[in-house]
Amino acid sequence: MEKFTSHTGVGAPLRRSNVDTDQIIPAVYLKRVTRTGFEDGLFAAWRNDPDFVLNREPYQHATILVAGPDFGTGSSREHAVWALQNYGFKAVISSRFGDIFRGNSGKAGLLAAQVDEKVVQRLWDLLEEEPGAQITVDLESRTVRAGEGPDAIVDSFTIDDYTRWRLLEGLDDIAITLSHDDDIAAYEQRRPAFKPATL
Amino acid sequence: MGRTLAEKIWDDHVVRTADGEPDLLYIDLHLIHEVTSPQAFDGLRLSGRPVRRPDLTLATEDHNIPTTDLDKPIADPVSRTQVETLRRNAEEFGVRLHPMGDIDQGIVHVVGPQLGLTQPGMTIVCGDSHTSTHGAFGSIAFGIGTSEVEHVLATQSLSQAKPKMMAVEVEGTLPEGSTAKDLILALITQETTGGGQGYIVEYRGEAIRALSMEERMTICNMSIEWGAKAGLIAPDETTFEYIQGRPHAPQGEAWDEAVAYWRDLVTDDDAHFDKIVRLDASQVTPFVTWGTNPGQGAPLSATVPDPESFEDPIEREAAANALAYMGLEAGTPLRDIAVDTVFVGSCTNGRISDLRRAAELIKGHKVADGTRMLVVPGSVRVRLQAQEEGLDQVFTEAGAEWRGAGCSMCLGMNPDQLTPGERSASTSNRNFEGRQGKGGRTHLVSPDVAVATAVLGHLASPADLEPVRATAGV
Repeated sequence: MEKFTSHTGVGAPLRRSNVDTDQIIPAVYLKRVTRTGFEDGLFAAWRNDPDFVLNREPYQHATILVAGPDFGTGSSREHAVWALQNYGFKAVISSRFGDIFRGNSGKAGLLAAQVDEKVVQRLWDLLEEEPGAQITVDLESRTVRAGEGPDAIVDSFTIDDYTRWRLLEGLDDIAITLSHDDDIAAYEQRRPAFKPATL
Repeated sequence: MGRTLAEKIWDDHVVRTADGEPDLLYIDLHLIHEVTSPQAFDGLRLSGRPVRRPDLTLATEDHNIPTTDLDKPIADPVSRTQVETLRRNAEEFGVRLHPMGDIDQGIVHVVGPQLGLTQPGMTIVCGDSHTSTHGAFGSIAFGIGTSEVEHVLATQSLSQAKPKMMAVEVEGTLPEGSTAKDLILALITQETTGGGQGYIVEYRGEAIRALSMEERMTICNMSIEWGAKAGLIAPDETTFEYIQGRPHAPQGEAWDEAVAYWRDLVTDDDAHFDKIVRLDASQVTPFVTWGTNPGQGAPLSATVPDPESFEDPIEREAAANALAYMGLEAGTPLRDIAVDTVFVGSCTNGRISDLRRAAELIKGHKVADGTRMLVVPGSVRVRLQAQEEGLDQVFTEAGAEWRGAGCSMCLGMNPDQLTPGERSASTSNRNFEGRQGKGGRTHLVSPDVAVATAVLGHLASPADLEPVRATAGV
């Protein structure tokens, strides 16, 4: 996984709450057996609408999505994270994320930055008043910054320590776990014999 | 201090714990299907890693499987590739697979319990959010993404931060005509789609104890719909009875040892819950959704709400968007909403007891003109059992379609989809925009409401049906 320290890019305001993973990528787009090419299906239903934010300049080139609360609820499909990444997004900012989506983001290297609802509102206003405005998400200091002057937005975001560390270091989760192979083997020794087996 | 049921199971699965790190949990059972696994097996191949415990892994084909023309290859080439990829991966890595045509094929969350692989006190994961279903047996069961699927394949463990603990106390008795589905839909509306976020939820109380295993599965299945990490119910005699004699149930002395362990799997009296929510089961009536998330629901006797009635501006806007998408007007009685398609099936309500109930209610009635009804068993064994009991005939005589087993119209990855603007009453778990097909409009309902809706052509409960007259004597 690539290291993530800080990213600055164009923000896109997605003024919607409860954007579930079926909205991010509908099931019919999940049939690929690779991790790439899912940008086709990103927000598929909305992309037909010429007024949809990602169909408009300069938001088309956004790399940071600013969404309403409960972003990424529903299905466990990691394809939702891949679709966002395949499109070019590096980070999603919301006031609340679906649990599995947030986990998947951390594994795949998409930054899910949780901020206060008021920060989302201020970012939305800024991005609409100044289309093309850039946002910086700094993982090191856990801050989100945008705009200039007295109205500049500077606030903190929440991400759990462990995910932050893994993203900063770009670590492979499986390799970390396999370094504790002795612990796993020891656990297997003491597992009760009555537990079911499939083979 | 005492511990909750979930804390006991958690503690029993900790492989490694360290300050500042999430716990490393051992996984007792890893279920797999064709949609969320191909990239995980690819990852193993790339790094030259084997599946650590094929004997704790089970694969089945469900999401893409057609429910008609079962003797032919899958028509959609992309779906076919995905299914064939799973077959190749299962073969290469030595994983047991129940493919299309196999007697144990079916929806992964129906198959696990049916085989007796789902037992109390386990940790169970699957690349599927409705893995929460297995919590009905008193296990910690949750959905994971594909990176985590790869992690479990390689290590049989997962790093997990310990969630907070919540109790849902459901007191009282469900009234006649109200079901487990109505109860969970009412709870989700009360708590909203984010209400369970960050918690493992234990469903407790008199009303929960009174439920059958399959009803408990309906409840736990929808835990994810209000954001919970997992939902579970303490095992009891109902649980043990359901498991005993199944193919993978412990036998002889192992059974006694297992039951002795399972009996300890209860929340201690002095355990601490971070949050407690309450629901009075006696107040639950047939419940349906009107919007585009499972928290936008109301009793069937109500009207479509006015978005202006929501105090929270975000909820207000969500309601307005939902009504526009659903093609509904505020103030319309829910019972007046005409429905094109009725879907009975899914990991929420596609088990034998659901089909028995639906058949009992539809017997002697006909599906309304202009309405179609699909009945999709959750697994091949459910289908065969239903046929043995003659339920298939009851459905086809009523004008419903009797289909093969799979996820089907719950998410429309196979050909069973709604067309734009088509409205369904569905016993499944998600009414998201486009979930059942692009532009499709979904109302989530119980099997009871599904049947009455099919017969009357509009949202209805069995109480709205004319009594069936006994046919002339022998």
